[in-house]
Amino acid sequence: MSSGTLYDKVWERHKVGELPNGEDQLFVGLHLMHEVTSPQAFGMLRERDLDVAFPERTFATTDHIIPTTPEERERPFADEQAETMLQALERNTEEAGIEFFDLDSGKQGIAHVVGPELGLTQPGQTIVCGDSHTSTHGAFGAVAMGIGTSQIRDVLATGCIAAEKMDVRRVEVTGELGDGVGAKDLILHIIGELGVDGGVGHVYEYAGEAIERLDMEGRLAVCNMSIEGGARAGYINPDQTTYEYLRGREYAPEGEEWDRLMEYWESVASEPDAKYDDVVTVDADDLEPMVTWGVNPGQVVGVTEPVPGPDEFAGKDRDNAEKAYEHMGVEPGETMEGYDVDVAFLGTCTNGRVSDFREAAAVLEGETVDPDVRALAVPGSETVRKQCEAEGIAEVFEEAGFQWRRAGCSMCLAMNGDALEGDEVCASSSNRNFVGRQGSKDGRTVLMSPAMVAAAAVEGEIADARAFGGDA
Amino acid sequence: MVRAIRRVTGTGVPVRGDDIDTDQIVPARFLKEVTFDDMGEYAFYDARRDDDGSLNDHPFNEYRGARVLVVNDNFGCGSSREHAPQALLRWGIHGIVGESFAEIFRDNCTALGIPTVTAEPETVTELQNFVESDPDAGIEIDLANERVVFDDTEVGVTADPAMRESLVEGEWDTTALMYQNLDRTRETAASLPYTDS
Repeated sequence: MSSGTLYDKVWERHKVGELPNGEDQLFVGLHLMHEVTSPQAFGMLRERDLDVAFPERTFATTDHIIPTTPEERERPFADEQAETMLQALERNTEEAGIEFFDLDSGKQGIAHVVGPELGLTQPGQTIVCGDSHTSTHGAFGAVAMGIGTSQIRDVLATGCIAAEKMDVRRVEVTGELGDGVGAKDLILHIIGELGVDGGVGHVYEYAGEAIERLDMEGRLAVCNMSIEGGARAGYINPDQTTYEYLRGREYAPEGEEWDRLMEYWESVASEPDAKYDDVVTVDADDLEPMVTWGVNPGQVVGVTEPVPGPDEFAGKDRDNAEKAYEHMGVEPGETMEGYDVDVAFLGTCTNGRVSDFREAAAVLEGETVDPDVRALAVPGSETVRKQCEAEGIAEVFEEAGFQWRRAGCSMCLAMNGDALEGDEVCASSSNRNFVGRQGSKDGRTVLMSPAMVAAAAVEGEIADARAFGGDA
Repeated sequence: MVRAIRRVTGTGVPVRGDDIDTDQIVPARFLKEVTFDDMGEYAFYDARRDDDGSLNDHPFNEYRGARVLVVNDNFGCGSSREHAPQALLRWGIHGIVGESFAEIFRDNCTALGIPTVTAEPETVTELQNFVESDPDAGIEIDLANERVVFDDTEVGVTADPAMRESLVEGEWDTTALMYQNLDRTRETAASLPYTDS
């Protein structure tokens, strides 16, 4: 059993007590909410005539169903279901006294982009949201995990979740990422190495020199995809990079309060002699830009590497590989480089931050999107959008032929009308390449970094972004 | 308090395959509803249909009325959407036997009173074969004793201890349990340096 890790310490500080079944009752420091998984929870609360216990610890945004063009965002929405969902969120947050970053606030966006950029996400917190990518917030040294709707009911009514402590696996990343290789490539590689269910029963602590060198937005991308490796939570110990990113943000503490909290943040970091249930080492040297070739995020290769053949797998991995070849129409032995692309999608809670758009813009500068490619740039939040517009990045996208959209989850899961059609192939900066994920059951998703999405948009096929010479 | 769930009995439905994710169990486009009432209609929606929209031979078309779902490895991975177990429950599933489950999915099932028990791959395959050979035969998940009974045989299965305790003792209403501790929760909150607002 682990001891002395950040996970152990944060857990202990938030533990209210033990429940009859042996689970712990854990206080939730930050609850983020969106329109898709919360209305049913408020319905359950009303059935029991219960109030929201800690409204000041919950913040809401709208992301999953929100249209991403200015015209479609006029109220009421043409999509009646989307309008109903947003109205439910407006009513629920208003009645409960929960702060809601609505469309007029200028702060609306994907929960996992909004929390960090506003300074709501802080080290040493327990953070939950009705979304599996809540693991993102672990980048700050928080214990952050996705929950279901009945658990949202629990959080609203009691400020707590019932949870079992998991094992802690330290994922030590040695070496150095090369030019044009970034956080997204690293996490895809880690999932490829450890498997899509390798993290079940575990929390991942990412550590080592390659992790320490990542900036905050890179760390957010790494922790975001913990769940794709089966780990419900993933975190990185807070350090100067964390504190510098946090300082000055709207909801971040200031002055004496900052100093007081800094003491707490430093106190929860993993001890040098902390005990882990498991330690694995992953090497970042010689890594190249990664692309998925299959239908789960662990089916991944370097862009110049051949797609592995069925004989390289055993058991269920072999069955899954066979399914993937058929769905994707890929040939084992060939590389993904040159695989035709119909759609380029840049955004999401994985890669929808300013640094992601900067990275892609460096590739797009002076280039033109292939005429056969539909290219969407969807900022992760309105804050990101405005920053990109101020920096002239939006202009680079538009001049290259990308549609420059408003903030939302968009084509990551295609709930808002942005969707693949038929068997279109999407070069996507998102986190899941499951069959049907992007709105068409025959659609094909290839996961990759923002720079690689930009390169694919220009070439109309998967291409090595490093050849563009941009500082990707 | 909620009712105790010691066993689930009924006919079975086998859904074969590893890593079946919640996007397959309920595609995202069906999540745009503010209640779970109609989720049963969307269970495995795409997998159950051919390209022209007609129903195919997916087990959820062929084994109507079944109460026990039999699945393979890492079932329910991906999204945290409770819509997935809600859809299965409203379709008629009251218990699941599998090789393994994704954690959020398992917790969501427990919150709805659906036991999820795990068995060796050979046992799961045997059970799936049995259901296919005799779809009308009854199966029992005996949660209290951690076994599955079918075809006059008993096999041992494993249940997460906390899940088993909650369901068997009728203590799976976590809201009611934790609400009793609201004062203690406020003390814990007050002891944290970042919650003094």
